Amino acid sequence: MGYDAKLRVWRGDDGSGQLQDFTVEANEGEVVLDLIHRLQATQAPDLAVRWNCKAGKCGSCSAEVNGRPRLLCMTRMSVFAEDEVITVTPMRTFPVIRDLVTDVSYNYTKAREVPSFTPPPGLAPGEYRMQQVDVERSQEFRKCIECFLCQNTCHVVRDHEENKPAFSGPRFLMRIAELEMHPLDVADRRDEAQSDHGLGYCNITKCCTEVCPENIHITDNALIPMKERVADRRYDPIVWLGNKLFRRGEN
Amino acid sequence: MASPAETRTSGRSRASIAARTLRTDRWWIPPLLTTIGLATFVIYAGVRSFMRTGYWDAEHHYLTPFYSPCLSDSCLPGSAHFGTPIGELPGFIPLAFLSLPFLLGFRLTCYYYRKAYYRSIWFSPPACAVAEPHTKYTGETRLPLIVQNAHRYFFYVAFLITLINTYDAIVAFQGGFGLGNLILLGNVVLLWCYTLSCHSCRHVTGGRLKHFSKNPVRYWIWTQVSRLNTRHMQFAWLTLGTLVLTDLYVWLVSTDVISDLRFIN
Ligand code: SF4
Ligand code: SF4
Ligand code: FES
Ligand code: FES
Repeated sequence: MGYDAKLRVWRGDDGSGQLQDFTVEANEGEVVLDLIHRLQATQAPDLAVRWNCKAGKCGSCSAEVNGRPRLLCMTRMSVFAEDEVITVTPMRTFPVIRDLVTDVSYNYTKAREVPSFTPPPGLAPGEYRMQQVDVERSQEFRKCIECFLCQNTCHVVRDHEENKPAFSGPRFLMRIAELEMHPLDVADRRDEAQSDHGLGYCNITKCCTEVCPENIHITDNALIPMKERVADRRYDPIVWLGNKLFRRGEN
Repeated sequence: MASPAETRTSGRSRASIAARTLRTDRWWIPPLLTTIGLATFVIYAGVRSFMRTGYWDAEHHYLTPFYSPCLSDSCLPGSAHFGTPIGELPGFIPLAFLSLPFLLGFRLTCYYYRKAYYRSIWFSPPACAVAEPHTKYTGETRLPLIVQNAHRYFFYVAFLITLINTYDAIVAFQGGFGLGNLILLGNVVLLWCYTLSCHSCRHVTGGRLKHFSKNPVRYWIWTQVSRLNTRHMQFAWLTLGTLVLTDLYVWLVSTDVISDLRFIN
């Protein structure tokens, strides 16, 4: 039944910090977030942790458990051995505010930089009509709960802070792909995806896909199709010639 | 609302954690296995492509894919299924010099293999949430890696070469039916699975369309390619295996080390 779990939690702020060991009671069926809450209630009342739904739907409780980016509320204690030390640290890629809470405003900045949905001129809201097959493909991307675990894990910015201005990260490159595939969006986003949002930095190593709690196939269904579209626009002389000669494009 | 520039320079820094990774699992096993797997294939294929022996079994018409198409006067009689428009080739040029560079390029620029070698050979990153050793990173934004964007052209050529491999496998059925036929055929089927599940194939067949509803046929093809595409990694490894197996079988049978298991004649 219940046992004493060994927790090692990062405590500190942007000045300094360290891992601290705690022993916290664990009961059957609990998740890591339950233990963090119990730790807060019994031993460390000032421990900072961000959470909301405890159901894997709000995307607030993103952190790293034993070095793996995860949602604290969706990480079951049963995946660890009872004598295992469970290390809980804040997301590495973003500046830390305190303890497990990070400042994720990088992501909001990047979100604002993606030009919004652009319907055809003259079409008013309420007049939008689309075929199911045409919107279906990008619906997968709308499952995103904006936990930013993918942004945190992507080595382009995780290991290279200096790439942050040039790279929007998987979540927002996926947003660009979503709009690019949208049947009613008329903006051509291919050039900007490469030049302003840094799609070329992605080397399709799929860590974003690996950590996505919504199991969105970010790399296969958004990033690679987007790379192919950019290739159409920039790196494929035959497609370029075809578009010039036959004025193709609006299909 | 804060302007983007303000937000980005919030002035705070990351949590001070010195360890390269806090992962406790054996994250280094997959990259290690990948490196061993790729190295084994590269060494085997490299050696075999230059050997010029044991590539054609005249008795049962088995031609190994590593020597197809064979187009020069240096090819063994019967192995040149498309004639010999090219004269003698010096020994340092593989007999399949027309197909091998493109097949190599196809696999080198393949989205799956890129992931495999970026991770396991270049350590960029070695595994998720494990810091890469490089101080600078520009990904595929500039030369030489920007060339990866040409993958579709390698796909077009690989498509033609797979047609040739298919022809080789069919030609081998003249004069009976043996285990070698099954091996050649199985290899070709998997080569098709690998080639058609390519991301560039998925894009050109239908992925580039904005309105599937206006192109029902291409939409159907895209749907099928997408289904194969989810297994692209498996096909990438399976075909490395079947290529080696096919070549080894032809090698052993044609040099009389083993005899072909015959079902008919
Ligand atoms: S696939 Fe691309 S975006 Fe996703 S984690 Fe890897 S490099 Fe980053
Ligand atoms: S794509 Fe997945 S990992 Fe990324 S923010 Fe959305 S839900 Fe989180
Ligand atoms: S608390 Fe909402 S996702 Fe974990
Ligand atoms: S062959 Fe692998 S993606 Fe094209």
